[in-house]
Amino acid sequence: MSRFTETFMVMLGRDPKKPEQVSEAVRQTMTLKYQDKDRFVQEKLHTRASHRPSHEWRNRRWAVLIAVNLLFVLSFWLDIQMLEGSLTASRFVGFHLIDLNSALQVMLAHKHIIVNLFIGTFTVFLLWVLLGGRSFCSWVCPYHLLSELAEMLHLKLVEKKRVTDHEFHRLTRTVFWVLFGLMAIVTGYTVFETLSPTGILSRALIYGPGLALGWVFLLLVFEVVYSRRAWCRYVCPIGLTYGAVGAISPLQVSFRVEHCFHEGDCRKVCLVPHVLDVTVKGRATDMNMGLGPDCTRCGLCIDVCPTGALGYEVKGLSRLL
Amino acid sequence: MSADRSSDGVPLDRARKARRKFLRSVGLAGGVIGLALLGYIPTTRAGGVRLRPPGALDESDFLSSCIKCGQCVQVCPVQAIKLGDLDDGFGVGVPMIDARRQACDFSCDAVQCILACPTGALTYKKPHSLGVRDGARLAALPILKAKEKDPENTLNLKERIGVARLAHPESCLAVQGKGFKGQVRGEAFKGRMRYMEVDRWKPIRIAEHPYDLPLCDLCVRECPVKNAIELRPVKGPDGQERMTPVVLEPCVGCGVCEMICPTEPAAIVVDAQAPWKA
Repeated sequence: MSRFTETFMVMLGRDPKKPEQVSEAVRQTMTLKYQDKDRFVQEKLHTRASHRPSHEWRNRRWAVLIAVNLLFVLSFWLDIQMLEGSLTASRFVGFHLIDLNSALQVMLAHKHIIVNLFIGTFTVFLLWVLLGGRSFCSWVCPYHLLSELAEMLHLKLVEKKRVTDHEFHRLTRTVFWVLFGLMAIVTGYTVFETLSPTGILSRALIYGPGLALGWVFLLLVFEVVYSRRAWCRYVCPIGLTYGAVGAISPLQVSFRVEHCFHEGDCRKVCLVPHVLDVTVKGRATDMNMGLGPDCTRCGLCIDVCPTGALGYEVKGLSRLL
Repeated sequence: MSADRSSDGVPLDRARKARRKFLRSVGLAGGVIGLALLGYIPTTRAGGVRLRPPGALDESDFLSSCIKCGQCVQVCPVQAIKLGDLDDGFGVGVPMIDARRQACDFSCDAVQCILACPTGALTYKKPHSLGVRDGARLAALPILKAKEKDPENTLNLKERIGVARLAHPESCLAVQGKGFKGQVRGEAFKGRMRYMEVDRWKPIRIAEHPYDLPLCDLCVRECPVKNAIELRPVKGPDGQERMTPVVLEPCVGCGVCEMICPTEPAAIVVDAQAPWKA
């Protein structure tokens, strides 16, 4: 199975598999890496000692996320008309932008597509092909930010043994994606939009709060006390829609196995740790590997990695440079 | 085979965990889908019929085609449009108008909310596949009183969003032969309207525009559409000759009459999504 298909299947819910074959270069690298155990341990300790923990990418990302949402809010409040509408659909200085998942739900429910809807959807499709698909989640979605804060609280409580994380099967999200699509077709209503915390939060920020925020609050409580990042990990069809777009995106986080000590810090901070399966010892098949479509390009792993084995990459561009 | 292994050789503990995870996932799916489908309840509720912005498709088409972005809210000069909340079920984020609070007075002249809609949920021209309800089609494009003398004096609106109705004739000031003096709806009322003699492009608060009328004809006087409502003579309850507002076919259901009616509750109201009955 090609790496593309493999990572796509993993996004849909399959567990990552041990590779049957690794490239000759990787095999040699691994042999050299572990040839001298003492040297390996010393290098590891040295790297640890000299690693300056940073939140560089997280802070940049939060700044972008807040700026984008603020631009929506200010466009309406101050009537500066830069980015009118909300995250489900908007106009950026006049150009239609339409969220891919919302557009999909409307098309399935209404079964009639007008030109503006098509144009806006296509523009956003191109935009997120360029920008990495699920980067929408971590760099734009307001629920993602709240959920990250709830996650910090959850992890503190886990550390104190007050709560435990209950995992669900990742296939659940794919099932939801199909069910929400089917429900839109059958009922003729955009059923998902009723619950979507992304839409609810975006509208609440721009047009003022309402009862619907209570639902978002309940979701956050659920994530704090019961299941880490449950909505983004196991439910949200928006993530899967953008994930599918990101599958063909050149912008990705990539992993260079020769720099890795296989300690797994990255998998601990990751929203979608299955994409970092390549960082497990013996799982990488090539010297440089993209993490696949489910990666939200959030950069937490890049921040936490002490060796710089993970980094942003624009496919093809590095070869050009 | 040892006792702590299932028939396919998987350790029982792991099998049990996997089973629990599976059941949990089924529970999650059932729970979320169940909650989502609760959105059905308000859509079937009688009396929950909302007044939608001009150009809205029929209710179920409107709910399905609206992408819940609120661009219509943003362009409305009098902020008549608000978005539905969670108690509207599938109507979460869908635009609606509470005419008593703030009606659409067409002060934008062009029905800009329709122009703003990216999905055609508000539309100047319905696709052929969608029918028109009986009594929804306007006999002619409504003439906007504010621009009656302009070469292009009509609104591009082919269907009505509701119809006005004198719900409480007994409290109507005109029927009682009374006039009206002062601020309609009081000092605190935030509703706005465009008064051509004040400023064509800047709606002002109704509270800033007091009236002094020997006989109250506010609903007729302030109706933005030509020939949509008029005062006609009627025999009062005491046998005296009185006047009463009569709603006519060009009524589009904008709700200005409901907003401007000085009695509490309003004597004249708009029945949202109601058809015209001759």
